[in-house]
Amino acid sequence: MNAPALKEWPLWEVFVRSKQGLEHKHCGSLHASDAQHALQMARDVYTRRQEGVSIWVVPSSAIAASEPNDKAEFFEPASDKIYRHPTFYDIPEEVGHM
Amino acid sequence: MYTQSFSVPDGSDDAKSVGLKTVSINLSAQEIALQAQFDARIDADGRIEPREWMPEAYRKTLVRQISQHAHSEIVGMLPEGNWISRAPSLKRKAILIAKVQDEGGHGLYLYSAAETLGTSRDQLLGALHSGKAKYSSIFNYPTLNWADVGVIGWLVDGAAIMNQIPLCRCSYGPYARAMVRVCKEESFHQRQGYEALLVMMQGNQAQKDMVQDAVNRWWWKCLAMFGPPDDKSPNSAQGMRWGIKRISNDDLRQKFIDATVPQANVLGISLPDPELKWNEARGHYDHGQIDWDEFWSTVNGNGPCNKERLGARVKAWNDGAWVREAALAHATKQQQRQLKEAA
Repeated sequence: MNAPALKEWPLWEVFVRSKQGLEHKHCGSLHASDAQHALQMARDVYTRRQEGVSIWVVPSSAIAASEPNDKAEFFEPASDKIYRHPTFYDIPEEVGHM
Repeated sequence: MYTQSFSVPDGSDDAKSVGLKTVSINLSAQEIALQAQFDARIDADGRIEPREWMPEAYRKTLVRQISQHAHSEIVGMLPEGNWISRAPSLKRKAILIAKVQDEGGHGLYLYSAAETLGTSRDQLLGALHSGKAKYSSIFNYPTLNWADVGVIGWLVDGAAIMNQIPLCRCSYGPYARAMVRVCKEESFHQRQGYEALLVMMQGNQAQKDMVQDAVNRWWWKCLAMFGPPDDKSPNSAQGMRWGIKRISNDDLRQKFIDATVPQANVLGISLPDPELKWNEARGHYDHGQIDWDEFWSTVNGNGPCNKERLGARVKAWNDGAWVREAALAHATKQQQRQLKEAA
């Protein structure tokens, strides 16, 4: 099985944890030859001012994404289930905060 | 650093965009529906994300503007990089290295944003190296002495900030997000430049004269960075309609002048425009005429450093070819190994 020949360094998506206790957040992408190279590049490109304490790099080709054109159908089922929100329920005022 | 709402036509773009307009007359019913959806999103000040449908002209305009912006960041490293080995102290050298590295970073954020529109990095760089793609003309002027480095930070980066802040609200998500990151870093660039000039202004007369001379040489070029006057900027209306551009060239230029005059007073230098004066009725400073012939002559390749700048980029690209090829060979080997393991 042969993959199509690479013309450019592969593309990686970069996720940075800004501080301990927070989640990794997507912050951009870059080209690098392998994972270690991508991590070093990500450090130089995205964390020059201590913006991160941890970095993930993921080959862009490994990300499966929902189709933007199917957004309506894909997410629609949730929109008519408003009873999933606390504001759906009327609670007497004297109960106070609930 | 950079600017510009300035999205000047690249080399052979015109012919193609004419073609696009004729195609768009024959839209299918499906395309009309998609276009309506897109327009509604833009009207509601919503954002467009990479894999969503967008009009071809919108995509093309963004690729052109974002790539010109990226090229400007990269070429913009050259005039200042020239002074790294000649900075007057270790402190100034460290600051300048950090600033030039930021510009490289800004270029990379922007190339990534442009690539989300379906154009490869090699295509983008190829257009720069062949001379087809433009970059901000401000970098086609020489940095003659150390005061130029301070003035670039204060005025060129100051003008760029004016331009980039509204771009943080651009309708195309990846471009807007890259701009938020850039703007956070740009403030350091302007402040370090202004502070370097403040220090020079406490020096001897020759040093003060250097600052004034540098300001004299850069002032008008910085005003031109905001692009042609509104009545001579035919693409502006479309850019505004698409939410790519938020404030007109002339309005941004005025904001920059109004913000800069008090800074010049604190610094103790004059701005080289005899017509520059406060207009009480308008609540703004009036200013003299910009030499647009010089601006266009530089855009069209005849500035003092056009050849040198492009030559330096092409040489760096060619000299680095063996590194890119070696890393690519490594990447290919890794890919083959992973495929074998997966099989």
